[in-house]
Amino acid sequence: MDDSVSAPHFLKPLLRTPFHRRARPLCQVEEFIAWAGYSTVDVFTTMEQEYFAIRNAATLYDLTPMVKYRIAGPDALDYLNRLITRDVTKLKVGRVAYCIWCDDAGLLIDDGTLFRLSEREFRLCTAMRQIDWLAAAAIGFDVVVEEVTEQVAALALQGPTSASVLRAAGLDAAMRLKPFEIGHFEAGAAPVMISRTGYTGDLGYELWMNPADAEAVWDLLMTAGRTWGLRPIGSRALNVARLEAGFLSPNVDFLSALHTIRVGTGRNPFELGLDWLLDFGKGHFNGRRALEQVRRAGPSVRLVGLDIDGNKPAHDALIYAGASARRRLGAVTSAVWSPTCKRNIALAIVDASHAALGSTVWVEIYLNRELVWERRMARARVVDRVFFAPERRRATPPADF
Amino acid sequence: MSARTAPRREHDAIIVGAGHNGLVAACYLARAGLDVLVLERNPFVGGAAVSRRLYGEFTYSNCSYVCSLLRPEIIRALELPKFGLQIIPYEGGCTMMRDGGHLALYDNHDALRREIGRHSKRDAEAYERYSRDVMRQCKFIKPMLMREPPDPTSFKPRDIAELLFLARRFHGLGERRMADTLRFWTMSAADFLDEYFESEIVKAHFAGSSIIGTALGPRSPGTAYVLLHHYMGDIDDTVGAWGFARGGMGAISNALAASFGASGGRIRADAPVARILVKGGRTRGVVLEDGEELAARLVLSNLDVRRTFLRTMDPQDLPPDFLRQVRNFKIRGSSGKLNIALDGLPRFPAIPPESPCTRGDMHVTDTIEMMERAYDDWKDGRWSRAPYIDMLIPSQIDPTMAPNGKHYMSVFVQYCPYELAEGPWNDTRRRAFGDTVIETIARHSPGFKDLILHAEIRTPWDIENEVGLTEGNIFQGELTMDQLLFNRPIPGYAQYRTPVAGVYLCGSSAHPGGGVMGAPGANAARAVLRDLGRKAAA
Repeated sequence: MDDSVSAPHFLKPLLRTPFHRRARPLCQVEEFIAWAGYSTVDVFTTMEQEYFAIRNAATLYDLTPMVKYRIAGPDALDYLNRLITRDVTKLKVGRVAYCIWCDDAGLLIDDGTLFRLSEREFRLCTAMRQIDWLAAAAIGFDVVVEEVTEQVAALALQGPTSASVLRAAGLDAAMRLKPFEIGHFEAGAAPVMISRTGYTGDLGYELWMNPADAEAVWDLLMTAGRTWGLRPIGSRALNVARLEAGFLSPNVDFLSALHTIRVGTGRNPFELGLDWLLDFGKGHFNGRRALEQVRRAGPSVRLVGLDIDGNKPAHDALIYAGASARRRLGAVTSAVWSPTCKRNIALAIVDASHAALGSTVWVEIYLNRELVWERRMARARVVDRVFFAPERRRATPPADF
Repeated sequence: MSARTAPRREHDAIIVGAGHNGLVAACYLARAGLDVLVLERNPFVGGAAVSRRLYGEFTYSNCSYVCSLLRPEIIRALELPKFGLQIIPYEGGCTMMRDGGHLALYDNHDALRREIGRHSKRDAEAYERYSRDVMRQCKFIKPMLMREPPDPTSFKPRDIAELLFLARRFHGLGERRMADTLRFWTMSAADFLDEYFESEIVKAHFAGSSIIGTALGPRSPGTAYVLLHHYMGDIDDTVGAWGFARGGMGAISNALAASFGASGGRIRADAPVARILVKGGRTRGVVLEDGEELAARLVLSNLDVRRTFLRTMDPQDLPPDFLRQVRNFKIRGSSGKLNIALDGLPRFPAIPPESPCTRGDMHVTDTIEMMERAYDDWKDGRWSRAPYIDMLIPSQIDPTMAPNGKHYMSVFVQYCPYELAEGPWNDTRRRAFGDTVIETIARHSPGFKDLILHAEIRTPWDIENEVGLTEGNIFQGELTMDQLLFNRPIPGYAQYRTPVAGVYLCGSSAHPGGGVMGAPGANAARAVLRDLGRKAAA
């Protein structure tokens, strides 16, 4: 049944998550993807059904491959405060912060969520493995940085009825959690840490547990969620939701400075609209000197939200100043038809001259009309990149649905 | 053109030596409409890119044995696939350790990360930084491969434009990467690898390509560049990938010869050139060893710079200062080769069953220290007692190399001196050298010796005598900074032209150097055509 244990890595390079034996039989369409060294489900049934469960009911998403680091020790706070651009001293125990970190040139390495588990212990969740960088940054600090990805199983429970599912599972106590708050609970007999965090821009929680308890917690939630419309979802549906919420996807909307080969392909936080995460008042942090220069000069390109005419997603499209496609302004990084907003939305990197809200740009879209290709120049408006942000995501205690 | 300029037959160009670069140059010239004759002293073409049958139905890649650097522009322009060339990538690689362990390299990114992670989790991720930095340098250097290096002392518009191209590319790197580039070109492979990895076995595996064909140790400054040189190729856009030419490396030369023939060119084998003839500072052809004179307006030498000017030209025809620099050109023999016919597939107990890592390059040097000690032996005028070997079994992938169920093994050996301290090379010493290599393999492969049906053992002395490469140096000259770019082979003569009008260098003594790249041949042909006021085929 589970051959991952015995198969050597050169025959089965991808690991299976602790939820694999539960998720595998529910995946009807055999659509899997490799994610950070694990095989995970891309689609269980149909992308649309799964997407609407995120916005209408509740969803379970296997988050285990998210790379997790345990950062602990007397200097853990100082270490993180030098690494991360936000002021980590303001992060209280039991809270989570979205954060970014940069290389010496002020280019973004990654974004992630930082959990403060105690005075001296943190968990950093990231998109990609980077112990090489985190360990190099730890020189001179009394701190332990270790990857714990395989030691922690994780599930995202997201959607308007997700709080109801928790209650039905006997986790009523978790209802008190405010956004970005952490609590420790018992799911049946299993200890779980629950954080009110997520990647959907909706009401939702993330559950962190011992891999040995993974199947029991899955079973508990799936049973409790039966009357609340709970269903497992894959990465494809989640990607639509994250784009509606305006969240960046690493390796899609930006490339880590640790991986860029060409000059000029790295991005700084000003360009990505993440400068609200920079705290120049807190003292030194990595990349600060370079970022102060960018702050003075202003970014030359910026990541923006686009609202595009028509209904054809502008995947990989080039962006121009006019319909004549003479002056290039940039390119789309992510695009999707938003089923909730009924808008044709995208994230794009454009020249700073056209990055102001309300600017008009033109997007070059290729249309496949029964294998006959057409090129269309579609008008687009620069808009706030948070396309969908329902109030229910913040309400505490959460509403029933 | 040729018919009307001379009463007796005068060729537009004669190419001395049918190595792959000579053939590449010949192809480009013939395609531009020149009447080209290629002269080869051996009864077969290819120089050091040959496939030969010395034992039964086994095909050996006698000298060079794997392919990566051959420029895709050349393969395309000369239509080599049409003439039978196919290159198949390796499926892995490994280093077997003295304690029975191993490090494998896998194509799959996740398998590779987990494999390196068995030795060091940190190194598994440092590998990404290492690959990134190597790729950054490759991106910088690669566009220079197919260009004629500028003469930094010249004020000709073309040289100034090329220098500007170099300067702009260099400047475009930014301060940090400019510094990295300079360090990369000058530092030792060991120092370079220390900046990334902590595990000895990981460092040893990657250090291998820094010493191949080079009379330097992994701790010698300049070897980081040699390492980079081996990453500069690609197969189907996979940068740094290496592969087998189907049918052995001779398939490259044979495809080139066929392409040349299809453009009307002619090759004469068994036609050793004794002298390049010069009259009034200008070449007028060559004379063969049997005294036959062949007239040509241009002579391109595929021989290395030392052999061309010290053994194939009259010193009276050359400037003394130039000759002094040619004599000092570093071209030291440091590599040997074994080609072995095997009765079956050897067993390597260190490698787990079903691992594809044996379908690529295999090694047994598990520390940099061991590699440096192997170099120490070379300095003492002996072959390494524990040599670095680059061992492949192409017949696992290419069915044309050996009878079904049997195998051909190619073993490249570093280090082996051209001149032994104990006396000249002879059969006894050659056998002893071969035994050292076979013992080295047998330590990792029980029963290996019983599988051997035939072995061809080649010392640098043998390679010089058969192929003509001075001291058997595989790159036609060391790839060190003092002999690269506008200093290759000789400052002031880096543009394929020589002090004698009409004589050109087209072998890998010229920029950008060796490795079965074909770029020196293509660039030399372009220089010739420019001098004639013609354009090369795209």
